[in-house]
Amino acid sequence: MSTSSVSKGCFVFKPSAKKKKTALSLEDHFVHGCEGAENSELRFKLYFQQINNHQQNMFCLCKALQDELNRNILDSLLDFTRKCSSTRQHSDWASQMRASEIPTAALVLGVNVPDHDMTFQSLSDLLQQSVTPHVASVQAKECGALKHLMKRVLERLMDTVVDDEDEEEAEQTSAQLNKSVHCSLSTLCAWYNAKTKVSPPGKKRCSHVGDDLQSPPLVIIFKDLEAFNPRVLQDFILICSRYIERLPLMFIFGIATSPSTIQHMLPHSVSSLLCIELFQSLSCTQHLATVIDKLILTPQFPFKLNGKVMQVLISIFLYHDFSVRNFIKGIQLALLEHFHSQPLSVLCCKKKAALLNVMHLGPQDLERIRQLQSFKRYVEKQDPQEQVNLFTDDTHLKEVCQKLIKNLRQYHKNYYPILRCLHTLTSSLPRYPLGKQIRELHLICLDKNIWENEDYQSAMKLLKMLAKDQLIALLQRCEEILQAAKSKNIKMALTLLEMNESRRSKKLSPFEALRNEALEFIDSLVKSHLSAPESQTLNEVCYYTSSATVRRHLNATPRTSIQAALNIPYYYLQNDRLKTEDGIVSNAAPDICIVYKLHLECGRLINLYDWLEAYSTVVSAAEELMFLSLFSSARFIRAVSELEFLGFIKSTKQKTDHVARLTWGGC
Amino acid sequence: DPHLNIMYMYSHSILSCLQRPHQYSYPSIFIYGHRSSGKSHVLHVLLKELELPHAPVSCVECVSVALLFEQVLLSFFGADAASLLPRSPSLSDFVRVYRNQCSQSPAEQTRYIVMEKAELLRDADANLLPALLRLQELVEDNVTVILLSEIVWDKFRPNTGCFEPLLLHFPDYSKGELQHILSHDRHPSYSAEFYSSYINILLGVFYSVCRDLRELRHLPHAMNVAFTCFCVSSVKETDTHKLWRNMEPHLKKAMQTVYLREVSSLQWEKMQQMEEKESGALRGLSAHTHVELPYYSKFLLIAAYLASYNPARTDKRFFLKHHGKIRKTNFLKKNEKTSNHLLGPKPFPLDRLLAIFYSVVDSRVAPTASIFSQISSLVTLQLLTQVSHDDQLDAPKYKCAVSMDFICAISRTVNFEIVNYLYDFL
Repeated sequence: MSTSSVSKGCFVFKPSAKKKKTALSLEDHFVHGCEGAENSELRFKLYFQQINNHQQNMFCLCKALQDELNRNILDSLLDFTRKCSSTRQHSDWASQMRASEIPTAALVLGVNVPDHDMTFQSLSDLLQQSVTPHVASVQAKECGALKHLMKRVLERLMDTVVDDEDEEEAEQTSAQLNKSVHCSLSTLCAWYNAKTKVSPPGKKRCSHVGDDLQSPPLVIIFKDLEAFNPRVLQDFILICSRYIERLPLMFIFGIATSPSTIQHMLPHSVSSLLCIELFQSLSCTQHLATVIDKLILTPQFPFKLNGKVMQVLISIFLYHDFSVRNFIKGIQLALLEHFHSQPLSVLCCKKKAALLNVMHLGPQDLERIRQLQSFKRYVEKQDPQEQVNLFTDDTHLKEVCQKLIKNLRQYHKNYYPILRCLHTLTSSLPRYPLGKQIRELHLICLDKNIWENEDYQSAMKLLKMLAKDQLIALLQRCEEILQAAKSKNIKMALTLLEMNESRRSKKLSPFEALRNEALEFIDSLVKSHLSAPESQTLNEVCYYTSSATVRRHLNATPRTSIQAALNIPYYYLQNDRLKTEDGIVSNAAPDICIVYKLHLECGRLINLYDWLEAYSTVVSAAEELMFLSLFSSARFIRAVSELEFLGFIKSTKQKTDHVARLTWGGC
Repeated sequence: DPHLNIMYMYSHSILSCLQRPHQYSYPSIFIYGHRSSGKSHVLHVLLKELELPHAPVSCVECVSVALLFEQVLLSFFGADAASLLPRSPSLSDFVRVYRNQCSQSPAEQTRYIVMEKAELLRDADANLLPALLRLQELVEDNVTVILLSEIVWDKFRPNTGCFEPLLLHFPDYSKGELQHILSHDRHPSYSAEFYSSYINILLGVFYSVCRDLRELRHLPHAMNVAFTCFCVSSVKETDTHKLWRNMEPHLKKAMQTVYLREVSSLQWEKMQQMEEKESGALRGLSAHTHVELPYYSKFLLIAAYLASYNPARTDKRFFLKHHGKIRKTNFLKKNEKTSNHLLGPKPFPLDRLLAIFYSVVDSRVAPTASIFSQISSLVTLQLLTQVSHDDQLDAPKYKCAVSMDFICAISRTVNFEIVNYLYDFL
């Protein structure tokens, strides 16, 4: 390990001995194969800090966000459970008559199934905190048969091992220890009666678990209703309805598609046993908008994504999975990759630390700074003397860097409020020239200077056509945004805006002149603060740019990789003997590659014998013999079956000694 | 009890079976009748009133025979006897334990095993039903097995033949009987006569669509709010004509929502309370059919729909650019005059789905792993169904499981004119 001055500097922040041990192995992974090894340790530490920081900030934030977004629906669900369990105890006529129905909440969550786990987790936590200690959630994949479903529900409600005839040997020991119970609802009934008798509410366990509830309900959450076997679900509901008088059961159905699934899955005779109430959650695009708003459109985090990476992440979200969790994972990956591959990422941290790190930069790092595109552009603008200084004097460079880093920070501080302003102004224009969502506007700005965009011009024209009261309302909203941002430069802008408004309201001058003035002012704000990040000096420090890496990791293309491996074995094997020109089959290539290349030349049906002959011609090209040795035909057969295994061909009964080519092989 | 009164005749015949508890009774009785024709209720009340020892068992609940045996032993001989059963007991284990127990505590009067939803016994082990029918002989005890079923006995009889049980049929309730029963659970504040006329009105609307007592019992409670409103406002309780005029719109509305369980009774009640202020349109379950899907999932679903409803040989016509002029008559075959939409979706292989997908989606799409995972998530969402077995890895087959309306709504969101690509609408 090299101990350059930079890494010495960071030993001050050594983590405690215990932590270090676990971190070390991670660090080793990180340092291995890392660009610019000499400060990789520091970068790892920074990464670790950031990820922790981010994780604390980012992921706590996300959880909080998700909870906040789900607040309404969770609250209403909690109310629903409370009400259901309280009406059970009422003895009025109507609720008595309804007592035979099982109260059921149909919770529509959208198709992004991987995200639902978090929602269900917080739901069951909340239920346990405030309504009932008895909550069981089940997933379809663990409940293939009624017996299994029953077993899971009982296990989770009662916290015991439930007897199951299938796994005799395995469970024998544990069953004896735990006094196993039979898996039927009558067992649950007995358990519940014992429970409610022994521990009356108000005991420690359920300290604030609604003291008024004599009998806390038993809530069963079906996380993914669609995936359940309808037969199993029907039987389970039938059984439960037999016990509803003795057990205060309640269901929560997690639905990914639409509530009408319930009617598709359950016949009328079964669904009439349920008293279904519908709860609809926010759409996942709204979730995404909030996550972007809180995580990306904020100067709080020094790490940034450039336009292309953003585009990749957003298109994975919109085109493929609708999953907010995967989106956040994508940001995490970009963060890791950034610190791993960019040596100058030591400067990507909070202001103070960044300024400190600048002073500790080694000669190599300074050289890297001089090589940066944005820095070169910056140098070109300086006078010759300064240029020489920058290239020769290290301490001067460090000072300049500090200044530049401050500038970059200031840029970010101004960028986001102005972006929001522009969004409020343009988001309600007809046909949305700059996009409906702020993320679209952000993408445009990341790409290039927005004022060079045609859509921007047309948006400004449209703004000029707005009615007076509309425009004033929009400007007032902008003012609020700017006031919240409270940055130095912006304060000036604020006074100007205010002035404009006050003057307008007095109608001292014609409206049109004022309007033009206001819009020109907005335009100037945009031009001074919304320039593309790539034009900023040292932007490489903060911006992660490698969209290809992100795409390769998050949106893998197995088919392309397999085809690449078969077409160009050199790509993966890195053996010089395999280097060939395009389209030529080398006889040194693995058998499967040769067989694959030959099969590309065939039609839909391939004659095995012809194929074998072609193969042996290629393999024995060096020797001039044209005999089919037993050895080569064995190798051929093996290669063909490998190809079949990969899904490129399959056996067919249409013609003897032929195989059929498949169009979408290798997927 | 109204049921017993009405079922007097039948209960009488059951009673005659139950009446001499000290003698051996008929080994098995088979009672059948439609859902909610009072079978289990009558039996339950009778057995309870006569204080006869009985073991009620629901066949739905008995996921394994072990549970069935256990429940029977538990209710006849107590928990100790039930624990004597070995793990995964066989029928002979059960018989052995039963004989043991009954030699210790012989029956003073006939014991009854009541099996609800007995039709499920047909799916159980082949020897279970015949053995239950002559359990009396097997255990040498005064025991009678009563089977309750919605299916006639003829559908039960095993190929190998078995002991014929005593058959009893419970016919459906007539309208008058229904009215009599429904009038019984009136709210105490109304007079019997008035409530009865209300029920009469209710039955007049619903009897033509529903004769299921359980469903009908649910309705008066759902209508309760409107009913009480009326009762508060009107002075004379006897004015049935006025009652009819007031209730009719509510009943009609309930027919569309409450009866189909589009809206739960609780929500319906809330809605009716709200109605005085604003007629908030509460949408039923089936009104929410819109599903938000990722962009490529939408196209995959569209491709699946096209593959399911177009014959494979017409793909050339729809998806090749230079297909030449092929008219519909060219590929009309004799037997293909019926619309494919009437015949339902046809299975298609994965290859075809992807080929159509790549030609309908407007941009170039890399064949990424997430495209394939979207197909399987469409399967778990039950928008597609996998026809071939899970184990079949190469060339799996699928069917599209969504309706025409659904796919039209989906393709509208991506500006795809699906009707232009459907063979049926050519």
